[in-house]
Amino acid sequence: MAAVMSQLSNPLAPPPAASRLLLSGNEAVARAVWESGVRVAAAYPGTPATEIIESVARYPDLYAEWSVNEKVSMEVALGASMTGARAFCAMKHVGLNVASDCLMTMTITGAYGGLVIAVADDVGMSSSQNEQDSRYWGRFAHIPVLEPADSQEAYEMTKFAFGLSEQYETPVLLRLTTRICHVKGLVVVGEREAHEPAGFVKNPQRWVMVPAHAKARIPGLYQRDETLRGVSDASPLNVLEAGTDRSVGFVASGPAYMHVKEAFPNAPVLKLGFSHPWPPEKMRALAAMCDKLLVVEETEKLLETEIKAAGIACHGKDVLPSLGELSPQVLLPAVDRLLGKAVPPPAPAAAPMKVFPRPPTLCASCPHMGMYYTLSQIKNIIVAGDIGCYTLGAGHPWNALDTTICMGATMGVALGIDKGRGAVDKNKRILAVIGDSTFMHMGMQGLLDITYNHGNVTVLLLDNNTTGMTGGQATPASGKDIHGKEAPKVDLVKIVEALGVPNERIQVVDPYELPVLFKAVREEIKIEGPSVIIARRPCVLTDEFKPFRPYLVEEDKCTGCGNCVEVGCPAIHVTHRDKVIKPSGKEVDLAFVTIDSQACTGCGLCVQPCAPDAIQHVPRRDIPIHIVKTSHAS
Amino acid sequence: MSQNDITNILVCGIGGQGVMTATEILAEAAIAEGHDVKKTEVAGMAQRGGVVTSHLRFGRKVLSPQIEPGTVQVLLGFEGAEALRWSHYLRPDGLALVNNAKLVPPVVELGLFDYPVDPTGQMRAAGHRVVSFDAMSIARDLGEVRLGNTVMLGAIADYLPFAPDVLLACIVKRFARKGEQVVDANRRAFAAGREAVAKQLAPA
Repeated sequence: MAAVMSQLSNPLAPPPAASRLLLSGNEAVARAVWESGVRVAAAYPGTPATEIIESVARYPDLYAEWSVNEKVSMEVALGASMTGARAFCAMKHVGLNVASDCLMTMTITGAYGGLVIAVADDVGMSSSQNEQDSRYWGRFAHIPVLEPADSQEAYEMTKFAFGLSEQYETPVLLRLTTRICHVKGLVVVGEREAHEPAGFVKNPQRWVMVPAHAKARIPGLYQRDETLRGVSDASPLNVLEAGTDRSVGFVASGPAYMHVKEAFPNAPVLKLGFSHPWPPEKMRALAAMCDKLLVVEETEKLLETEIKAAGIACHGKDVLPSLGELSPQVLLPAVDRLLGKAVPPPAPAAAPMKVFPRPPTLCASCPHMGMYYTLSQIKNIIVAGDIGCYTLGAGHPWNALDTTICMGATMGVALGIDKGRGAVDKNKRILAVIGDSTFMHMGMQGLLDITYNHGNVTVLLLDNNTTGMTGGQATPASGKDIHGKEAPKVDLVKIVEALGVPNERIQVVDPYELPVLFKAVREEIKIEGPSVIIARRPCVLTDEFKPFRPYLVEEDKCTGCGNCVEVGCPAIHVTHRDKVIKPSGKEVDLAFVTIDSQACTGCGLCVQPCAPDAIQHVPRRDIPIHIVKTSHAS
Repeated sequence: MSQNDITNILVCGIGGQGVMTATEILAEAAIAEGHDVKKTEVAGMAQRGGVVTSHLRFGRKVLSPQIEPGTVQVLLGFEGAEALRWSHYLRPDGLALVNNAKLVPPVVELGLFDYPVDPTGQMRAAGHRVVSFDAMSIARDLGEVRLGNTVMLGAIADYLPFAPDVLLACIVKRFARKGEQVVDANRRAFAAGREAVAKQLAPA
């Protein structure tokens, strides 16, 4: 984190043209954005797209920002494009849902300065709540879609996209997937070309989207689709590779193309780089040269349906899955099935060993742990959750969240539970958990809805002063901008109050103080009406966190009660287990523990539920050196 | 298949152990040798104590960045159970180099799952060639636990299709600005990693 921030605050001298660099897809897009003379680039962090703007921000001669959400990032890019500046925004797939309101009208105004939207689909769902196919937006919004297959192509297609955008006055969608964003490959880079904005031209028929103006422009969208279909057919981004084994021909784009080439090096392939509108003549040529046509697309049955509608017979999701990546391991048996061959069972050595799952978990000293431990000990509550590190509170040992839907949903969902519940739930208390960054992204409106509509919800605003899950990016409440430089620091208490929560129903608490947390939560859930508890401590992965003196377990004092294990800290380990029969006859499991003092950063959460006071500070002489250097005197 | 001239190396461990940095240095070495290289990055939730794997493929021309099960020449495991988890990626003549570290996640501490008693033993029983060693004690003996990653890189150095010095040069380059003392410590760690594996693989 420290390294990242210092790099951000000092723009790099970019490696010179003709350098051969090992770049991730995200870094390759960023380099191309800079080379294309982009003036404005905006994004909200989201895996797997986060590093695009992080990398862009390190280049000189452009403006980059963390926007409060994806919709705003797109609006910022559009505004810049209106002046004739080249503009760029990046987001993860679900971010484009948020931005779609802007997109669906921006496509009518069109772009003036080149306007490119990079959208990253989390195919395989490494870090998302759904797996959706952003190629649909190209159809829905009538904009072209480009799909790179590796870092070099991500770089080249980004540069091409700006020219395409300007030539046809259209926003261009650059569709990436996790397997593009987070794969590093060699990229030969080029020169930066400067682009001075031509200037904003007053033109209400174009920029003021009232019905009369929009109606006049909409036929242009359909015309643009037709024009681009021809451009796609002529485009060198769509390559028909003849191959020698013509039993099956493939249509593929993005990472799926590489997988097809790996598995079937001799087959004919139509590689789609310019995938929407797809090239009809090249498609017919491919169909004519092979016995069977297989569309290999991640994730939905989109091209397949369109190709069939165009009267070309093809296969696709009848043999391939709609979920996850289409790796060679998936493709080989699918093609065997398509050709009616017997599919050999996988070799026994290739079967995975059974190993315990290792789900992501909260860090040692994570301030969220205190809140989730508290919630896990309170009965008769329904807790709506949201998107961020704190979604992990739904897992073991806390099992403290009952819902997670999308960014900012927690408060609307909680209000709906409050209003919808019948007699069976009437004695339950409703809570909503949200992080500071998510709150500012899409959460504020939900809270306003609660206060305006007399909701009875207690909101737990977990303020760790950063966007944690994506790696610790700055937020409007962190007092830092994308470069780590000082920015106005938004006061969350004042926002909450302005949104209609009575001042006496706002508590700011320290999530390392369990008694304070218990008292605050118990108090607020008892009182009718909205309340907000802001639990404030910095994320342990940011520079702002300073470790405390670590703890150890005095093993002769540990009674094996296991209370500390329930806190959920990854630095606590069970050394051995036992069972005892209580005088009541009840059998109780015991878990004797130790603390990994190298990993412990001394938050003290585990100390509080320890009945026999077995958890004590590590003697000063034994404190790990990296903690001595940075820790608080405690 | 065009995989014949491609080297597949799988590096696995847990978020925060340095898996991605180690693979990055291996990739730099392959590039220095003139190979085409693709390397996966795993990010997002993996940094919260989750499973991390990094696929490194290099050769004349690399297409898919993903390694298929049963095709790995060298598996570099930063943790025992993680090496076991990915051991089916090894090809029959593949080699697993495994750090003996045992990192137990909260789901095991809670008693919901068991940690395997002997992960590398289980791999050997399945017919894999495995060398295990304790990179962290080797690093500690050299005076600095943070040298563990360089010990891991030393361990793999003699099982790459290029000279160990190519890899060492990349490590030295990375630490050069931290001064001669740090570079020397890394040279020693690299040598210790090589030795830890060599003394087990050499005939007695």
